[in-house]
Amino acid sequence: MMSEDAQSQPAEPNPGAPPKTVLVVDDSRAIRGILSRMMTELGFKPSGAEHGAAALSALDNGPAPDLILLDWEMPVMNGVEFLRALRQRPSADANIPVIMITTLNTAEQLSEALQAGASEYLMKPVEKGMLEAKLEFLGLR
Amino acid sequence: MSAAITPGEFDFIRQFLLQRSAIALDAGKEYLVEARVVPVLRKYKLTTIGELVALLRSPSGGAAERDLVDALTTNETYFFRDIHPFNALRLTVLPSLIQKRTATRRLNIWCAASSTGQEPYTIAMILREYFPALRGWDVRILATDLANHVLARAIEGKYNQIEVNRGLPAPLLLKYFKQEGPWWQISEELRKMITFRKLNLAEAWSVPPPVDLVFIRNVLIYFNVEMKKNILERIKRLLAPDGYLFLGSAETTVNLESAFKAVHINNTNCYQLG
Repeated sequence: MMSEDAQSQPAEPNPGAPPKTVLVVDDSRAIRGILSRMMTELGFKPSGAEHGAAALSALDNGPAPDLILLDWEMPVMNGVEFLRALRQRPSADANIPVIMITTLNTAEQLSEALQAGASEYLMKPVEKGMLEAKLEFLGLR
Repeated sequence: MSAAITPGEFDFIRQFLLQRSAIALDAGKEYLVEARVVPVLRKYKLTTIGELVALLRSPSGGAAERDLVDALTTNETYFFRDIHPFNALRLTVLPSLIQKRTATRRLNIWCAASSTGQEPYTIAMILREYFPALRGWDVRILATDLANHVLARAIEGKYNQIEVNRGLPAPLLLKYFKQEGPWWQISEELRKMITFRKLNLAEAWSVPPPVDLVFIRNVLIYFNVEMKKNILERIKRLLAPDGYLFLGSAETTVNLESAFKAVHINNTNCYQLG
């Protein structure tokens, strides 16, 4: 479902600084694994959550991640519901950049996600180069 | 169908390309020819590169020659490629040029290897999005390429999901594209800002001077040193005295054209006349 860039090298944008952290929220373990590996190669330390409610719980119980990768269609609490909850929280959480990564690919859905608070949007299948470009836009690379 | 290339065949294609388009394929690029030649073989119903060579040698090889040049020179491109030059454009270069051109209210921009169009459309998006005051100006974007099929795609301005996924900020995708089934069509407003034209950098060409901004990214690598110098010298002659030249992130004018001096801004290098 997803393909990788031919070149994958561990990134060391700032050797000595602690790696940035990313919370990968997707109900598919395989996809969490693939995205986590890509993010590790891009110099991040990943953790995972299998739906929006689990992600909120992770935020309640630990430091805010530097970035969230967020699926849309998930049981219990989907991506847009999570976004709305996230943006209601105190600013340390509410300001976390969120890249929505989903198979949903219409302009209406893109618009809905951005309005709900997504910082960026990627349509599956996703390659590492696409993630990297989004990180550059968000000033995370 | 086998697309494995023999040393003799690679040598022939190398010489052939060099003579007809001044494009230099160094040793080690066999893989490139093998990969890119497959659609050409299919089109002419050939099964080996040897048969293609025979066709190219024959009097009726003209169409195949053009298709081969097309196939070998397609430049992979994407929106906001490498991002830093476009940050430099938005934050430093355009504000500077705009300040200097308030008397004429005119800006000439040339994308000299525009491929499937993402680069000129990126520049058009930046102009529309961040410099609304330029609406009343005479802003011309000339986008040229050697290969017909990429020019046709650029003119059409229709991109697939993978192409719009890479490098393009989601809010700009929503604002400047219209979804049509599986395709994303760039807005008519942006299309109208660009003139697309076929142009072979290695041949004689004319672009009306002065040009304020030249993008010639990741295409000089295809040429030998003599042709690189020749092209840069011609660009030097049409660049405005305070204009800017952008090359690919791994490219430089050093040892090629001493009139240019490197300027480091916003994490990227560009070049101005020194």
